[in-house]
Amino acid sequence: MSELARLNPAPVPSSRRPTAIVSGLSSDAHTWNLVFLELLLDELGFLVTNLGPCVPDDLLVAECLDHVPDVLVLSSVNGHGYADGARVVRRLREHTPLAALPVAIGGKLGVAGGLTAGQRDELVAAGCDAVFEEHADAVASFRGFLRALPVRAAR
Amino acid sequence: MTAILTDRIGLHDFVRRAHDAGELVVQPRMGFGLPERMRAGLVATKTAPATTVGTLTLDSYTRIGDLAAVERALAAGSDLNGYPIASHPLGTTRAMLAGVRDAGFPVQVRHGSATPSHIFAALVAAGLDATEGGPVSYCLPYGRVPLEESVREWSRCCELFAHLREHLPVEPNLETFGGCMMGQLCPPGLLVALSVLEALFFRSRGVRGIAVSYAQQANPVQDQEAVFALRRLCAELLPDTDWHVVVYAYMGLYPVTPRGARRLLTAAAELARATGAERLIVKTVAESERIPTIAENVDALTHAATRQIRPAEPLADPGADSETYQQARAIVDAVRDVDQDLGRALLHSVKRGYLDVPYCRHPDNLGRTRSYLDRDGTLRWADPGLMPIGHLVPRRRSRQVTSAGLMDALGYVRRKFDSFEESAPEPILELR
Repeated sequence: MSELARLNPAPVPSSRRPTAIVSGLSSDAHTWNLVFLELLLDELGFLVTNLGPCVPDDLLVAECLDHVPDVLVLSSVNGHGYADGARVVRRLREHTPLAALPVAIGGKLGVAGGLTAGQRDELVAAGCDAVFEEHADAVASFRGFLRALPVRAAR
Repeated sequence: MTAILTDRIGLHDFVRRAHDAGELVVQPRMGFGLPERMRAGLVATKTAPATTVGTLTLDSYTRIGDLAAVERALAAGSDLNGYPIASHPLGTTRAMLAGVRDAGFPVQVRHGSATPSHIFAALVAAGLDATEGGPVSYCLPYGRVPLEESVREWSRCCELFAHLREHLPVEPNLETFGGCMMGQLCPPGLLVALSVLEALFFRSRGVRGIAVSYAQQANPVQDQEAVFALRRLCAELLPDTDWHVVVYAYMGLYPVTPRGARRLLTAAAELARATGAERLIVKTVAESERIPTIAENVDALTHAATRQIRPAEPLADPGADSETYQQARAIVDAVRDVDQDLGRALLHSVKRGYLDVPYCRHPDNLGRTRSYLDRDGTLRWADPGLMPIGHLVPRRRSRQVTSAGLMDALGYVRRKFDSFEESAPEPILELR
C-alpha cells in the first residue's frame, strides 16, 4: 500500500477499492511523474502501489504477478520509455495471469521527444492498451482510459 | 598539485583561475551515444564564447549497469540518451577526446549511478579525472539499489579515484550531487547538509579535489542564503581540501517559453555571481520539451556567461544565523555523531530518519518529512519528521496533498517565469 493511501484512507472500504500499480521503467530515474500518478489514482479511488523509479523488469513482472492489479500504469520521461516499455510489456504478456491486465504507458517516450507512428504501433503490438504522450489533454485522456476500465473505479 | 609543464589542468585549478579572473565557469549537460556527435558537442562547448568545462553525460542504461541494453541499442542503431563510456572501446573514447580536452578545457563525466564501479573503471582507463555523484544523492532519488550497497560501491570508487593522483599530473575532482536531491521541492537545509556530508565522505575516502553542488530552487533570497551556508560549512569542515561551489540552474519543471527559460537561466547566473559560486551548470530553452541540441546548449552557455549578469545589489553572507545554515549544521553534526565512519553514519542516519527526503520513494528512505512551498516560493518544512531540526522548525498545521496541489507546486517556477507580470500571490501548497 502506498504511504499516501495509508495516511489518507479514502472513504471507500479498502476491500472494494480497485488496485493500481504505478511504476517507472528500468532505466528511468524520474520520480515526480510517478508521485503525481500515485496521487491522481488515489483520488480516483484506486489503491495504489508505487514502485518508484528504475524498476528492473524482473521486479515489475513479479509485482504484477503478486498483486494482479486492476491496472498497470507505466510512466517514463527519459527518452528510453519506448524501448524499455515495449520490452517489459512483452515480458508481462508472456504470463497468463497478466494476459488481460490493462496497461497504460505515458510520458516523454522517445529520445527525440514525440514517438513516430511506427514506435507507437510497436508499443501497442507489445501489449500496451493505451499510449499517452505528453500534451495538454494527456491527463484528461488518461482519466477517460481509467473510466473505461472494467472495474469502473474512476468517477 | 599544479599542471605546470603538462597539457593537463585539473578541474578545480581551471575553475579557480577563471574565478580569480572574474569569470563564471559554465558547463552544459550534454551526452550523445555516437562518438562523432559527442566530440562535436564537446568542440562546440569548448569554442563557445564563454569559459567552459565540457560534459560527458552517460546514457541511462550505462547508469544502471545494463550494458547488454547498450549493446542492443548500438547494434540496432538506436539513439541513446548519453555516451556509453563503458561500452565504446577505450580507443574510441580516447580518440573522441583527443585534441579536445586539454589544459584549457577540462571534461567532467556525469552519470547518476548508485553502483558506479564500471563507470569509474571506464573513465579512469580513458584518462578522465573529473566526475560527480555521491552515495546518498545518486541512490535515494534514483531507484531501488539498497543504500548500503551504494555506500560500499562509492567508497571503493572514491578510493580508486583518489589514487589517480599518483599517476596523473592533476588532482582528480569529484563533485557532490547532494545539493540537487529530487531536483525540486526539497528544503535547502537538507540539500546543503547532504552536499557537505557527501563532500566529507569523499574526503574521508582520500579525495582532495571536491566540488559542492546546490540546485537553484524557487526563491532567490533563500537560494542565496543556501549557497552562503554551503560555503560557510565547507570552510569550517573541509580544511586541506580544494573545494569550489557549483550552482545548477533550476532542475524542476522548466519554463516552456524561450523568454521564461532564458530568464530563469539569468536568475541562476545571478545566484552564482551573487554568492561567489565558481561554476554554473546551465539549462536550455528546449529543456521543457526534450534533450537539447548542441546549438541550444551553446546558446545557453553564451547567455549564462554574460558578464553583465550581476545581482542588483551586492550581498553579504548572512552568516551562521541564517535558517538554512542552522538547519544544515544541525543535520551535519547529528549525522557525524552517529558513527566515526562517514559511510556508516550516512547509512544509519537515513535509516533513523536524520536524513529523510520528502517525496522520495526509495525503500530505505523513511518518508516521514513534509515540505511545502510558501507563497513567495520559499521552501519550508511542514513536518521535519525525525530529522534533528525539530527545535528549528515552527509547528505547522498539516494538510492533505492532492495531485492538483502537487502539480501546482511543481509548476510554480515554470508559471512564474513564463508569465512576466504575474504578481498575484500563490496559494500555500503543502507537500509530502
